[in-house]
Amino acid sequence: MNRNAYDLIRFVLRRLLQSLPVLLGIATINFLFVNLAPGDAADVLAGEAGAASPEFMAALRERYGLDEPLHVQFLVYMGKLLTFDLGYSFRFSRPVTELLLGNLGPTLLLMTTAILFACSMGVFLGVLAARCVNRWPDYLISVGALIAYATPVFWLGLMMIVLFSVKLGWLPSSGMQSIGAGYTGWRKVLDVAQHLIMPATVLGMYLTAFQVRLMRASMLEIGEQDFVTTARSKGLSEQAIAYRHVLRNAILPMVTMVGLQVSAILGGSVLIETVFAWPGLGRLAYNAVFQRDLNLLLGLLFLCSIMVVVTNILTEVVYRLIDPRIPLK
Amino acid sequence: MITRNSLIGRFGRHYPAVAGLALLAAVTAMALLAPVLFPQGPWRMVGRPQLWPGADPRFPLGTDILGRDLLACLFYGARVSLLIGISATLAATLIGTVIGAAAGFFGGRVDRWLMGFTEIFQTTPPFVLAVVVVAAFTPSLTSIIIAISLVSWPPLARLVRAQFLQLMPREFVLAGIVMGMSNTRLIVTQLLPNAITPIIVSSSLMIASAILLEAGLAFLGLGDPNAMSWGYMIGVGREVLRTDWYITTIPGLAVLLAVLAINLVGEGLNDALNPRSRNR
Repeated sequence: MNRNAYDLIRFVLRRLLQSLPVLLGIATINFLFVNLAPGDAADVLAGEAGAASPEFMAALRERYGLDEPLHVQFLVYMGKLLTFDLGYSFRFSRPVTELLLGNLGPTLLLMTTAILFACSMGVFLGVLAARCVNRWPDYLISVGALIAYATPVFWLGLMMIVLFSVKLGWLPSSGMQSIGAGYTGWRKVLDVAQHLIMPATVLGMYLTAFQVRLMRASMLEIGEQDFVTTARSKGLSEQAIAYRHVLRNAILPMVTMVGLQVSAILGGSVLIETVFAWPGLGRLAYNAVFQRDLNLLLGLLFLCSIMVVVTNILTEVVYRLIDPRIPLK
Repeated sequence: MITRNSLIGRFGRHYPAVAGLALLAAVTAMALLAPVLFPQGPWRMVGRPQLWPGADPRFPLGTDILGRDLLACLFYGARVSLLIGISATLAATLIGTVIGAAAGFFGGRVDRWLMGFTEIFQTTPPFVLAVVVVAAFTPSLTSIIIAISLVSWPPLARLVRAQFLQLMPREFVLAGIVMGMSNTRLIVTQLLPNAITPIIVSSSLMIASAILLEAGLAFLGLGDPNAMSWGYMIGVGREVLRTDWYITTIPGLAVLLAVLAINLVGEGLNDALNPRSRNR
C-alpha cells in the first residue's frame, strides 16, 4: 500500500477515535432530555390502548425496563449503544436501527443531490456575478442571495408545489417514485430524478446562497493575482480562466462551507421531507415526534450527529485529495 | 450630533439597512397594534371560510379554512415571532457570552472542557435538537424559547472566546491584572466592552434565524397552541394548498420580509460599527 493511502486511513481512524467523547456527550444529553420530559413510553402505549389499569402500566414499564432507576436505564442504554443496538421502537414495532437504516438511503440521496446542486449552481452564479461585478446581473444575484437567506425553506417548497405541480403540472409533488407504476431500469431512475428535483433544489437553497458569495469573493480576490494575469496575457478566454484557474483555488473554502452547513441541511431535511413526503429520516423524525417514540428519537439524533462527524472527517480527506500539500492534522 | 462619520451617519448612508429598519419598524408596529386593531383576537371565526384576498372588503387579506381573518392572524403572528426571536436571542447571547468568556479568560482545562461541551451542541443538527426539546417538554412559548436558545448559543460562544483570546495579551488587560482587579471586574469592565461590537452584530442576526426556527417548529405543529404564529398559519394553509394557496403564501411572505429586514439591519450595523470591514 502506498504511503499516502496509509496516512489517510490512519488519519480517518484517529479522527473517529477523537470524536468518540463528543458522541458520548451527545448520547448523554439526548438521554437526559428525553427522560426529563414528562410521561414515558408506557403512558403513550397505554393511551393508545385506551383506558389502562395501573397493573397493566406497571407490567409495561417492567417489560421495557422503564421501572429501573434513571442511572441504570442510562447504563443499559450506553451499553447497547456500543453494539449499535438503539433499542426498540414501540410504535413501529421494529428495532430502531433497522428503521433508521431503512430510511437512511433516501435522505442520503436527497442530501447529496442538494449539496451537488448547490455547489454547481454556486460556482456558475458566483462566476457570473464576479464577471459582471457592479452591473445588473451581479446586483440581481446578490439580491437573490439575500432573499434566499431570509426564505423559510418549507414555505418555498410549498410555493414550488403550487407552481410546478398544481399550476404547470411539470413535476410530481410528493414521494420518491410514482406509486404503482412499477418502473424498472432507466425508466425508474428517471422517475426518481423527477421526484428529486424540487426537494433537492429547495434543500440546497441556503448552501447555494453561501457558495455564490464565496465563489464571487474568490473570483475577485484571485482574479488579481499574477498567475491569472499570466493566463490572460497568453490569450486564454475569461471562461477558461474562471473555470480552469480560479475555480481550482476557490474550491477549498467551498468544501469547508459544505462541512459547516451539513447540520443545517440535515435539520432542513426534516421540514423538506415532511413537505414533499420524501420517505427518509426527516419524515421518520416527524412521525417519531408525534408518536412520542422516545427510543426512535434518541436513535435519530444520534445518527444525525454521526453523519455530521463523518462529513467533517470527509471534508478534511477531500482537502487532502485536492491539495496534497495540506498536512493531515 | 449626526455627522457624516458618526455611527448613525454611517448607518444612514447604508440604504438597504435603512430600508430594513423601516420594514422592521412596520413589523414592530404590527406586533404592538394587534390588540388595538383586532381586540377580538386572532382565533375568532369572523367570516365565510376561504374568502380570497379582496373578495370581501372587511377582510383585505381574506379568511382561512376556519373563517379567521388572515390580517388579524398576521398581526398577532408578528407578536409571537418578535417575542420568541428576541427572548431566545437574549437567552442565547447570555449563555454564549458566559461560556465563551469563561473559556477565553481562564484558558487551559476550563477552555478544553467548555469547548468540548460546545462541540457537543455544534455536532447535533440545531433544528433536529430543537424539535426534540420542544416535543419532549410539550410545546409552549417557554419551551420553544428554551429550545431555540439552546441550539443558537454555540457560534456566539466561539466568537466571544476568539475575541477574548485576542484581547488577553493586550497591555490594558495586563495592566488590569497588575492592578489586582478581580476576574469578574476584568471581564466585565475591561474585556467585554472591547468585545461587544461583534456580539451585537451576531446577536442581531441571530434574531432572524430564531424567527426562522420558530416558523419551522410551528409548521411541524410544535408551536404554542395558544399563540397564533406565522409558521402555524403556513401549516394550516397547507391542507388546502391546491385550491387556496394564498392562505400559505401570505404568512410565508411575512416571515420572509421580517427575516430580510433583520438581516439588512444587522449588516448595516456591522458596516457602521466596523467601518474598515466595508470594503469586503
